[in-house]
Amino acid sequence: MPATYENIATTTLGSSQANIDFTNIPGTFTDLVVIATLKRAAAGALDANIRVGNNSFDTGSNYSTTLLYGTGSAAGSTRFANQTSILADYYGSVNDTNEHIAIYQFMNYSNTTTNKTVIIRANRASSGVDAIVGLWRSTSAINQIRITLDLGGAQLMASGSTITLYGIKAA
Amino acid sequence: MIGNILGGAMGKLVVAGDFDSIATTTVGAGGTGTVTFSGISSVYQHLQLRIMAKTNRTAGSQGDVINMTFNSDTASNYSYHQLQGDGAGTGASGSATQTKIQLERTGDATADRFGVIIVDILDYKDTNKAKTTRQLGGFDNNGGGQIALMSGRWGKTPLEAISSITLTPVVGTLFTVNSHFALYGIKG
Repeated sequence: MPATYENIATTTLGSSQANIDFTNIPGTFTDLVVIATLKRAAAGALDANIRVGNNSFDTGSNYSTTLLYGTGSAAGSTRFANQTSILADYYGSVNDTNEHIAIYQFMNYSNTTTNKTVIIRANRASSGVDAIVGLWRSTSAINQIRITLDLGGAQLMASGSTITLYGIKAA
Repeated sequence: MIGNILGGAMGKLVVAGDFDSIATTTVGAGGTGTVTFSGISSVYQHLQLRIMAKTNRTAGSQGDVINMTFNSDTASNYSYHQLQGDGAGTGASGSATQTKIQLERTGDATADRFGVIIVDILDYKDTNKAKTTRQLGGFDNNGGGQIALMSGRWGKTPLEAISSITLTPVVGTLFTVNSHFALYGIKG
């Protein structure tokens, strides 16, 4: 029986860099699962962002996010509409001490009839936890994913940051 | 979340073949009022439902909700809790002695916008414990929508292994075309 849950690719940074990209993602799966353990190269915390696309990354204001967070002393919710990326974390953000972990689930990513939705859990024990739903307003299939700490490329992910991409295939 | 990490949420390495696709339903033209998975094999340890769905609830309603029942049981044997955020504020609630477990949140009739829900059903075949579920779901509508964490329990006595799962919309009457429901089994 073909594998239902398959490792497509893994990237572990050997040096600091701005983005982690997965390209040429096959359209043969049903859902994609990304597991990320990220570290920032500089001090302080930043939010990871997600861009996706079909043969090129969509840089337009075609993304939005609704999120729920807990900080240890408060819970809250906020949203961002008409953005140039999906916010992949909020209080579960990425800092320079190896605490961040997140799982992104891109559901039915390869269909060409619906807008694309990703659901996310992000955590950083010293800061908070997030549950996030993000939307890419395009019916194009996703065949590339970018994870970045800075859409302008100035802020870097540190060496040792790891992202693994899995595919889940329904019967 | 079980099934999300190949390393295994329960601390055991999951190898290829331990996460199986059991059945998939993709809704066709005209929609459907009920999705049922029946004859679920008892060879697995846990189940995972992965849903991308919308209903015919009025567009702009911030999505819809799904009722989930097991083994055709519609008696008051269920309970659930939720923590949700709608982009403006948070809410939390608990519902005891229910006739279903609710899952949030699907899309509504807004074109091309679907909600997604991942449901873990733990120890589904164990007749020594009530069945527990864990859900993460959400619907974003670019200025609207909701994200929710939920838990559920099915406590019918005598305790039963889950052999069927039935899903129906709460407000809308139909799951609409291209809604997708996939059931997976995870071996222990």
